[in-house]
Amino acid sequence: MSTVTAAPVSTAPRPSTPTPPRRRSKRMRHRATSTALTIFTWIVTLGFFFPVAWMVFTAFKTEAAAATRTPTIFTALSLDRFAEVLDRGFGVYLLNSLTASVMSTVIVLLLAIPAAYGLSIRPIIKSTDALFFFISTRFMPIAAAIIPIYLLLQGLGMLDNITALSVLYVGMNLPLAVWMMRSFFSEVPLEIVEAAQIDGANFFTELVRVVLPIVAPGIAAAALICFIFAWNEYFLASLLTSTMARTTPPFLGSFVDGRGQFLAVLSAASTLAVLPVVLAGWLAQKRLVTGLAMGAIK
Amino acid sequence: MTAPDLIVAEPAHDPAPAASRALRRPPKPELSGGQIKALRLARTLVWPAIVVAVLVTQIPFLVTIYYSFQNWNLMRPGSRGFAGFDNYVTVFTGGAFMQSLSATVFITGSSIVLSVLFGLGLALLLNRKFFGQGLARTLVITPFLMMPAAAALIFKWSMLDANVGMVNWGLSALGVDPVQWNTDFPALTVIMVLTWQYTPFMMLILLAGLQSQSKETLEAASVDGAGPIRSFLHMTLPHLRQYIELAVLLGGIMLLQVFDPIAIMTRGTGGTKTLSYLLYERAFVGLEIGEAAAYGVITVLLTIIVASVALRLLFKIFSSEGAKS
Repeated sequence: MSTVTAAPVSTAPRPSTPTPPRRRSKRMRHRATSTALTIFTWIVTLGFFFPVAWMVFTAFKTEAAAATRTPTIFTALSLDRFAEVLDRGFGVYLLNSLTASVMSTVIVLLLAIPAAYGLSIRPIIKSTDALFFFISTRFMPIAAAIIPIYLLLQGLGMLDNITALSVLYVGMNLPLAVWMMRSFFSEVPLEIVEAAQIDGANFFTELVRVVLPIVAPGIAAAALICFIFAWNEYFLASLLTSTMARTTPPFLGSFVDGRGQFLAVLSAASTLAVLPVVLAGWLAQKRLVTGLAMGAIK
Repeated sequence: MTAPDLIVAEPAHDPAPAASRALRRPPKPELSGGQIKALRLARTLVWPAIVVAVLVTQIPFLVTIYYSFQNWNLMRPGSRGFAGFDNYVTVFTGGAFMQSLSATVFITGSSIVLSVLFGLGLALLLNRKFFGQGLARTLVITPFLMMPAAAALIFKWSMLDANVGMVNWGLSALGVDPVQWNTDFPALTVIMVLTWQYTPFMMLILLAGLQSQSKETLEAASVDGAGPIRSFLHMTLPHLRQYIELAVLLGGIMLLQVFDPIAIMTRGTGGTKTLSYLLYERAFVGLEIGEAAAYGVITVLLTIIVASVALRLLFKIFSSEGAKS
C-alpha cells in the first residue's frame, strides 16, 4: 500500500524529482505487496474451487476411503464408482437432460433471434414495453404457474414427457435470450442494415447474410446460457417427470437413500452430471462472460 | 421536391449550421412511411416470442388466480367450489405465510449481500495482472456452472456432514466440535451453498464493470497522490454502482425462486421454508390446490413489488446508457 499521503485530486504542480533511493525502496515494497496479493488471490481461488476438486477426487475413491473423518489423500483410485453409477441407469437420465436442453435451446433460438432483431430495428418505438414484458415474465416465480401446468399435463397424459418439459424450458429461457440478444443486435451498425436494404436484399437474406455473422457470438452466448439453465433445472423436472423422462437433477436429488456408504458413488454421479456444463462453460468462458455481463449491461 | 435537390441548390453559400441540418434532414412523411414499415416488421418478428411467453407463463398464472378462489383439495374431488377469499384468509391467518416470507427475505437477502461482497472482492483480486490469471478465473467461475442439485448434495454430504464433512474436519483442527450444519444451522447451510454458487456470477458482472473503467483516470488519480483505498472509494465504487445494481437485480430474480438446495438439504425445516417451497408443499404434499394457488398469487404480487422497483432502476441505467452513446 502506498504511503503517500492522500491529497485531493488537483492540478497543483508536484515536486518533479523524487530522490532515487526512496523510489527504489518504494518499488521493492510494491513488488512485495504484489506477490503477497498474488499468493492471497490463489489461496482464495483454490479455496473457492475446493468443493469441486474434492468431489472429483472422492469420485475415484472406494466408499470406505471416502467416508473417513480425517480425509484420506493417499488411497487407491479407480473408475469403479463411475461404472456403478452408469449401472444404475445414469446414462438414460443424462440423455434425457441432453434432449430437453438441446430441444429447448433450439426452439428458444428460433423464437428469440427474430424477436431480438425486431426489437432492435430502428426506429425503436415502444420496444421497451415489449422488453419490459419479456423480462417481467422472468421475474414471475415458476411456482406460481406450476399448479395449472401440472394439472393440464396430467389431464393430457403428458406427465413424464420430455417434450412437455422442453416446452416449459422454452418459456423459462426465452425472456433471458431475447433480453441478452437484443443488446447484440443493437450493436449492428445501421449502415450495414441500410446497405443491405438498398442492395435489394429481402429481409431474410439480410438477416442471414449480413446481421447473423455479426451477432453470432451473442447468439452463441445466449445459447450456452439457455443450455446451462435447462441442464441444471430441478424444480420443474422433479415435479413433472418420474421414470421415463427423468432428467439428471431430480435423479441426483433422489440418489441418496441414506443406506450404507454412498459418498464416493454420489461424488461420481455428481461429477458426471456437472461435467458437460462445466466443460462447456470453461471452453466458452469468454462467451459466457460476454453473455452474462456485457449483454445484460449494454 | 426532395432533400438532395435543396442541398444542391445552395452549394457554395455555406448556410448556417442549423439551417443546413434542417435541409439535410429527409422530409418527415417519407420517413414515417418507412417507420411504419419497420414497425410492422418489428411487430411480426416479436409476436411469435410474445405468444409463446404468454402461453407458457402468463396463462397458467391467470388460471392460478382462478384456482386461488376455489375450494379445491385433490383428496376430496367432489367438494370443489367457489371459495371467495377463504384461501387468502387461511394464508394470512395460518402463520406459515409470515414465517415463510421472512425466511425468503432472509435467505435471499443474505445470499445476495454476501455473494456481491465476495464477488466484489474476487473481481478486484482477479482484475490485477498476476501469474495464472486466466486459470484462476476459470476455476472461480466453476461454482456457477455446477448443477444446483449437485452443489447442494456435495455441500450437504461431502463438505458439511458432521462425521465426514471437510468443513468439520477443518473446524476440528481448530478445536471446534463437529457441527451438523443442515440440522443445527439450516438457514446458514442454504445461504452458504447459494453464496458459493452466486459469487462467481456477481464477480463476472463486477469484473466487467472494473474493466470498463478508464485506466487513464485511475492513473491520473494515482499520479495526483490518491492512494488505492481513496481512489477505490471515490472513483471505482461510484463507477461500479450501476453494475452492482444490475448484479443485485439479476441475483434477486434467480434467488427469489430458490428451491433446489432447500428441497435437497433441509426440506424446509428450521426457517428455510421459502415461499416456493411452501407452495410446493401445500400443492404437491397437502394437495390443497386452492390454498397453494393463493400462495402463488401472493408470491407473484410480492415479486412484482420488488421487481418493479428494481426494474425501474434497471431502465434508468438503460436509458442513461443510451443517452451516453
